[in-house]
Amino acid sequence: MLKTRVIPTLLWKDFGLVKGIGFDSWRRVGTVLPAIKVYNRRDVDELILLDITATVDQHEPDYTEIESLSAESFVPLTYGGGINNLDIITRVLRAGADKVAINTAAYDNPELIQQAANRFGSQCVVISIDARKNDKGHYDCYSHSATVRTDRELVSWARQCEAAGAGEILLTNIDRDGTMEGYDVEMISLVSAAVSIPVIAAGGAGNAQHMLEAIVDGKADAVAAASIFHFTEQTPAEMKRYLSQHSIPVRNVNNKK
Amino acid sequence: MSVVIVDYGMGNIGSVSRAIEECGASVMVSADPEVLLVASHVILPGVGAFPDGMEHLKVNSTDQVLHEIATKGTPVLGICLGMQLLADSSEEVRKTQGLGLVPGEVEKMSSHSGTLRVPHVGWNEVNVVTECPLFKDIPDASDFYFVHSYYYLTRQRDHVMAETPYGDNFTSVVARENVFGVQFHPEKSAGFGLRMLKNFISL
Repeated sequence: MLKTRVIPTLLWKDFGLVKGIGFDSWRRVGTVLPAIKVYNRRDVDELILLDITATVDQHEPDYTEIESLSAESFVPLTYGGGINNLDIITRVLRAGADKVAINTAAYDNPELIQQAANRFGSQCVVISIDARKNDKGHYDCYSHSATVRTDRELVSWARQCEAAGAGEILLTNIDRDGTMEGYDVEMISLVSAAVSIPVIAAGGAGNAQHMLEAIVDGKADAVAAASIFHFTEQTPAEMKRYLSQHSIPVRNVNNKK
Repeated sequence: MSVVIVDYGMGNIGSVSRAIEECGASVMVSADPEVLLVASHVILPGVGAFPDGMEHLKVNSTDQVLHEIATKGTPVLGICLGMQLLADSSEEVRKTQGLGLVPGEVEKMSSHSGTLRVPHVGWNEVNVVTECPLFKDIPDASDFYFVHSYYYLTRQRDHVMAETPYGDNFTSVVARENVFGVQFHPEKSAGFGLRMLKNFISL
């Protein structure tokens, strides 16, 4: 049966990897290429690489760098950051990324999702949604690396993205991000129940139990995490062993090449 | 050995090339019939929709070249959309004729009344049904990476090399003599994927 994926997320700012808390207070945590190599050597399921300043600073993706990075990845690599037109998507995919993650551009131009799905196939199009709960208990979507509150409500936006042809949703809780205090299971389950495309949960993983909750209670199809792999000794393989022990189907826990 | 990847404007050519290089072979990417016809092994990649795929293949009569190559006995490997293009037809977007190299039709995957996610995305096991050289040194039921919304319904059971469970079992590897197709992406399926590509270029 289809396995649940554990996906390390690499956040790229200027020339290195960074990690923050609540999309703020960014710390440098290394360089990208070694991270990609190490993860591949350790047989990771998949990777997500997000350039967090591309949209805010208005620069195009670094295609040359994407090419070097994807050349070292023999598992799927999703690239996000500054994706706002079909030409950029063409170039990012040609550079070697397998999927693109679109966030801010989709709010300004929802037609882009349909156009991208038609041209490249839904399987290449991941819509990345950053959200936080407001004081009325509902979830608002944010753009521009969580600095601008949009007028979109989370569930209706997720449905709209699916209807437009998105292949997957990458869902991040802004307030939980970097805290390692657990995913926002309520938020994940709201979106999982509302769409029939895969949902990748992100924001807050601190241990394998958090991932289990996101999957069992939140019904996430995959779990993404960053801080836990940068700042603790835990590895994706350990996460998967724990999940497997709790009856979650995962890849390659027992097989040795 | 001359491994050639068909360049028809659709497909993650970079990833497939890189993977073949990682297997220790040199590889060319070409749309030139002269080059394709003398290749020792031909790979048809593919990402995107079936009708676009066929339209692009008709440019320069690449579709006819592929027929010639298959008839010659050159090993051909279709990957993902490339596998689906080997079929007689597909219902994706609109009913479109395929290459007809491995009899069968391509249909949309069922969400089984909303209980299954479509597209089928992620690692899933590939269970060998018929012994096939692509699986040399690869344990049965190994996981490979899938990302697709359509699947191949073969017309003949003996063309089914492997199946994968998603709701029902669907065909994940087809073969008819020297023509092979894999629904997953071996170039993105880590160690076992690379091993499968190595097995293909060793044919």
